[in-house]
Amino acid sequence: MNYLLGAFKPASHISIVFTDEKNRKKVPIKKENGQTVMALLFQSQENIVGKISIEPVQGKKIEHNGIKVELLGQIEMYFDRGNFYDFTSLVRELDVPGELYEKKLYPFEFSTVEMPYETYNGVNVRLRYVLKVTISRGYAGSIIEYQDFVVRNYSPPPSINNSIKMEVGIEDCMHIEFEYNKSKYHLKDVIIGKIYFLLVRIKIKNMDLEIRRRESTGSGANTHVETETLAKFELMDGAPVRVPRSRYETMSDGDIILELKRKREDDFITHQPSESIPIRLFLSPYELTPTHRNINNKFSVKYYLNLVLVDEEDRRYFKQQEIIMYRLAEDSS
Amino acid sequence: MTADGGVAEDEEKWLAAGITGLQQNAFYMHRALDSNNLKDALKYSAQMLSELRTSRLSPTKAFDELRRLEIFFLEETRRGCSIIDLYELVQHAGNILPRLYLLCTVGSVYIKSKEAPAKDILKDLVEMCRGVQHPLRGLFLRSYLSQVSRDKLPDIGSEYEGDADTVMDAVEFVLQNFTEMNKLWVRMQYQGPAGKKERREKERSELRDLVGKNLHVLSQIEGVDLDIYRETLLSRVLEQVVNCKDELAQYYLMDCIIQVFPDEYHLQTLDVLLGACPQLQPSVDIKMVLSRLMERLSNYAASSAGVLPEFLQVDAFTKLNGAIGKVIGAQADMPVAGVVALYSSLLMFTLHVHPDRMDYADQVLGSCVDKLSGIGKVEDSQATKQIVALLSSPLDKYNDVNTALKLTNYPRVMEYLDLETNKVMASIIIRSILKNNTVISSSNKVEALFQLLKGLLQDADGDHDEVDEEDIKEDQNSISRLIQMLHNDDPVQMFKILNIVKNNILTGGVKRLPHTVPPLVFSSLKLVRRLQSRMESGAEEEVVSETQKIFQLLNQIIEALSNIPVPELSLRLYLQCAEAANDSDLEPVAYEFFTQAYILYEEEISDSRAQVTAIHLIIGTLQRMHVFGVENRDTLTHKATGYSAKLLKKPDKCRAVYACSHLFWASDPDGVRDGERVLLCLKRALKIADAAQHMANVTRGSSGSVTLFIEILNKYLYFFEKGNPQITVTTIQDLIALITTEMQSDSAIPDPAANSFLARTMQYIQFQKQKGGSISEKYEPLQV
Repeated sequence: MNYLLGAFKPASHISIVFTDEKNRKKVPIKKENGQTVMALLFQSQENIVGKISIEPVQGKKIEHNGIKVELLGQIEMYFDRGNFYDFTSLVRELDVPGELYEKKLYPFEFSTVEMPYETYNGVNVRLRYVLKVTISRGYAGSIIEYQDFVVRNYSPPPSINNSIKMEVGIEDCMHIEFEYNKSKYHLKDVIIGKIYFLLVRIKIKNMDLEIRRRESTGSGANTHVETETLAKFELMDGAPVRVPRSRYETMSDGDIILELKRKREDDFITHQPSESIPIRLFLSPYELTPTHRNINNKFSVKYYLNLVLVDEEDRRYFKQQEIIMYRLAEDSS
Repeated sequence: MTADGGVAEDEEKWLAAGITGLQQNAFYMHRALDSNNLKDALKYSAQMLSELRTSRLSPTKAFDELRRLEIFFLEETRRGCSIIDLYELVQHAGNILPRLYLLCTVGSVYIKSKEAPAKDILKDLVEMCRGVQHPLRGLFLRSYLSQVSRDKLPDIGSEYEGDADTVMDAVEFVLQNFTEMNKLWVRMQYQGPAGKKERREKERSELRDLVGKNLHVLSQIEGVDLDIYRETLLSRVLEQVVNCKDELAQYYLMDCIIQVFPDEYHLQTLDVLLGACPQLQPSVDIKMVLSRLMERLSNYAASSAGVLPEFLQVDAFTKLNGAIGKVIGAQADMPVAGVVALYSSLLMFTLHVHPDRMDYADQVLGSCVDKLSGIGKVEDSQATKQIVALLSSPLDKYNDVNTALKLTNYPRVMEYLDLETNKVMASIIIRSILKNNTVISSSNKVEALFQLLKGLLQDADGDHDEVDEEDIKEDQNSISRLIQMLHNDDPVQMFKILNIVKNNILTGGVKRLPHTVPPLVFSSLKLVRRLQSRMESGAEEEVVSETQKIFQLLNQIIEALSNIPVPELSLRLYLQCAEAANDSDLEPVAYEFFTQAYILYEEEISDSRAQVTAIHLIIGTLQRMHVFGVENRDTLTHKATGYSAKLLKKPDKCRAVYACSHLFWASDPDGVRDGERVLLCLKRALKIADAAQHMANVTRGSSGSVTLFIEILNKYLYFFEKGNPQITVTTIQDLIALITTEMQSDSAIPDPAANSFLARTMQYIQFQKQKGGSISEKYEPLQV
């Protein structure tokens, strides 16, 4: 991999080797060109140690004004492509100005590096960590080599993790209650829950639970919000109550947001036996990340559970509820 | 979704597409299975199962494929794939229907692996299946679950047996699946457009066995004992049945419960089971449900005598009776036929189970009467049919009408029948008596019986329609036969019975009396003869007075008959009675009967043929009478000869007159033997024969037959043999000569019959001559 990168630089061959590369876990990462490559995985406070080898192309010498390696944490907005904002920048000088005739190894070490943010590849924003080797040259332009690596940070299970319980509906038309067992899920977690149908006068065709990711970038007037549906998981086929006829005609042709309802002793609720539909959604198959709040004032990534009921006229009734995603250390999850 | 389109063609297309899709995916799935590619196997099986979602495909085909998949999963776990992982993996499927089918399939393997208690897995499966609420698809899914889990219940003795409460876990699982399936099934009727309700109902009833199978599974769980059945299972099932408020489901499920669970459980839980009945929808055919139950219990009772105490212990009858009352009370608009049918089956039940408890049977009829009261006569043909069935069952059961007669409510029920049916019922009763040769021997019973038969015995008010003669004849014939079946060895009792019969039949009217009177008369005469035979053993006075009473009765009866009028019949009966009176030495009575007969002859019998018959009857009877004193006898004989002489046709007259000769020569040597008058009669007969001959000559130009002469000759020979001194060889010789002359006269037409008659007579004379003894001596002088 590394020599491949070097191949584009005719003047020299630069490769970066991490010390514990053999034992360290690798995870896939998507490059700008859409290719997926494997990159080494680090977490905050780790030492990033390795060797950089620079080998000039045969017979040629490299004159330089100094060689350095930088560890950069960058945020790149796609609407502002090519313009990186470095929130972390550490430099190690490797060599004083001089000439390089043959292959030379430069060990480097960044100790207990503070890397508070996780590597993130979003729709409009990317957060990446990279080692950047620069061979400065005056006139011919510097020779630069990058090496990406991935940072993931783990959280302990939250001490408080309440369930989410809610009654929603449309006046005199639909009244459901749902419950998710937690408000905070780790990435391999399982969402367990139930939906109770208290009153339904709409011919429900099916019900899905969606996991939606809301990525907002920028701030103020320049805020961009991008929402993706990462999972569409069917919870129910058909409806658990009979609807004699469609008594409710919605004004809207589009989606309808279910209003929050206060618990009240409706006659219907007491008369119609409530039916419950189970929820069990394994999160592991989906590519989720932890919730990111206001990363360096640049972007946020939030997750929502969206409960969607679809009626026979394909109208969608939904209620969206934020959940917090966190990354639990692998061995304990 | 076809939505509202619903055109058959469209649907067919959908179906075809569905089948193709299923087959295609099944093919890919097989390929994945063959190459042990789990990921693809899951993918294609999910796709295959998705076809179930979009079409109305019957899932049986898919079920077969799932069998293969299950085997694959099993192999996969043997290859080291963790079943727990597999169980999670299949749940990643985004579509619920394939997900749950796969979950059930893997769940089945999971249970087999025993890596987790069966009950936990089953509980999870049955709970997760709630996600499919589409009625049809849900039903199929759950029936698949039921299918894969059937042999994996944590039943006692099963390899999946769990901890202490293991049976309850098994029961709980099946119950839950049953409950959910039933809900889906019931909800099915609300799917789709309202116009196709009928078709939907048809579809629904085709699917009912999917639901019912759960009950069957429940009944197969070994560990379910009576306690579990009573405390949990039945009440839970019934709760579901009652709460679903659906006619079709309630009827079917009640029937299922009755059919799949053991009889002894039913017996022990009758309260509970019956308690549910009044809570069912009014449109449910409860009578069928209950009658099936009673039928089963009856069969159970019949299966072995050992179970009877159980019935008594739980007081099954009272409970059933109470339940029926409640059901009828709860369903105000139940048709009468239904009400009666219910009681009919209850009656069948009690007859089978408690044949010795007539009070039960009577109670049933009583309850039935209570429910019928206020309705008036039952007109509905269904209902009357049911009543007939109700009333027939005790007859059929006991083959003895006596038992039916003990049921005080029996006639009360019968009163609710309309006239026609009442007759039908009466005929059934009679047929039963006749078939079984039942002897009815007490006056009370006879009275009761005739109460039941009223319909046949009288014209009812307002029944002015022309009744078919044939029908009447048939009915009355059976009544006649019935009268013969009434018997009591004690004459006093028997007389009472006869009296009752008389009272009941006398109002029968013109059409019935000719049929009913004769049997009564003969039945009475039979009694007279029985009394006579008692006479020989003493108690003379008593017998005489009894006999007299009978004759009074007879007189009344025949009198009633003669008023109709059917004089010939009455005459015969009078003569019969007279003869009986003769045998009883009751001269005045005999005389009275004769008088009545003569009066009839004089006043009513005008047809000459009838007169001939009558006169011969009179003569025959009178000849045998020995009770009369000279005066009475003379009067009667005189009258009889007088009648004979007045007959219209000469040959008739001739025959009557020579018959009269017997009146003067009793067979009994102590009786009247007046040879002169005998001869007188015979001579008169000869004269009449001669006159007849003459008349024939005059009117037709040829002399009539000599048959009359030969007949008279035979009479001569008879009296000659009997020793009448007035009949001499000469007189006979003269007569023979006369006959021979007549036969040879010119005007005689050859008559082969007469010839051979004469020849036979001559032969007889010859025979007597050669016979030897005193007779031969007598004949000796006779020259032939």
